Amino acid sequence: MFLIPDPVVRFFHRMASPPHFYAFTERLMPWLVVIFLLLTAAGLYGGLYLAPADYQQGDSYRIIYIHVPSAWMSLFIYMVMAVAGAIGLVWRIKLAEIVAISSAPVGASFTFIALVTGSLWGKPMWGTWWVWDARLTSELILLFLYLGVIGLYGAIDDKRTASRAVAILALVGVVNIPIIHYSVEWWNTLHQGPTVTKMDKPSIHVSMLIPLLLMAVAFKFYYLIAMLQRARTELLLRERNAQWVKNMISESK
Amino acid sequence: MKPARKQRLMLIGLMVIGAGLATGFALKSFNENLMYFFSTTDVVEGKAPKDTLFRLGGMVIKGSVERPNDGLMVRFKLTDFSKDVTVEYTGILPDLFREGQGIVAHGKLNAQGVFIAEEVLAKHDENYMPPEVKDSLKNKSAPVTGQKS
Repeated sequence: MFLIPDPVVRFFHRMASPPHFYAFTERLMPWLVVIFLLLTAAGLYGGLYLAPADYQQGDSYRIIYIHVPSAWMSLFIYMVMAVAGAIGLVWRIKLAEIVAISSAPVGASFTFIALVTGSLWGKPMWGTWWVWDARLTSELILLFLYLGVIGLYGAIDDKRTASRAVAILALVGVVNIPIIHYSVEWWNTLHQGPTVTKMDKPSIHVSMLIPLLLMAVAFKFYYLIAMLQRARTELLLRERNAQWVKNMISESK
Repeated sequence: MKPARKQRLMLIGLMVIGAGLATGFALKSFNENLMYFFSTTDVVEGKAPKDTLFRLGGMVIKGSVERPNDGLMVRFKLTDFSKDVTVEYTGILPDLFREGQGIVAHGKLNAQGVFIAEEVLAKHDENYMPPEVKDSLKNKSAPVTGQKS
């Protein structure tokens, strides 16, 4: 590994060891929670109180402080899941498999939130709860991909085999990610084009943009918290016969 | 990297590329069907279907909205900045419907080439700003920010 600095490589090597991962995430967790709470408080205060109303939508636009970060997370988590799955497939690292499967329910939840909040906004603004345009349909397919990953993992008893099957499904589903992102540019859709994630200057006033970005980072931390908690449980479940788990349990008794 | 791992990595790469290509071709062949609406130019050039329902998207021309019979029926012109189509609609319009705003109407053409809409949806653009900023933009007589439809 020549491109990545040594300390980073050492960090990842150590993180791949289950007991080390378990102990490290335990120490990390309070910090993540504190950062998440601070960012959420700042983002919500900025978005719901400080940010001005929109010139056309009035206060209804404020749903973007939930909708847009959730939609970003739905794509981001899918990529994390697919990359972790690929690492698990190639290097057979148990923790990569665990990170991949622990990401799925969190990603599915964010996808669901993005769809529901979009629908709630769509009724008064567009005049309809749902349309089958390219953006909405591809996001719905993303939800089904997440549910497929969760279902497939649950259907196979041997969890190492299950992880491999799930990784392949997740990797095939990766094609959907650029489709979701570019759907509003490739086709005529009812959903508007990108406001922030484009090469141009964002078409949102800076007073509205800052809380949005705060919320986006806050959601990243929420994902870390939720995913790591799931990963820790999954790790204990898989390693329940390992010596380090037995030692830990006897120590805590 | 060990040969076995290298091989697995290549296989995964090929799989992702293969899936991507297959999806790309499929989407390309369905391109027309994936368009949520026809533009007004499509309609004027006769590319839109006759006698069946379809969706028409465009921007409502400023000053074209009228209510001929003082009823719920509204008549307005849609444009994509090259060709115009007249639309008639009876019903309640969504919040964001206004002149200069993009909309998508669902309906069909009558014999006179007027689009009789059964449903009108407002298309929101990607711009968010406080009212004061909008006002100052207007004073500078800046053009209305880019409509994608």
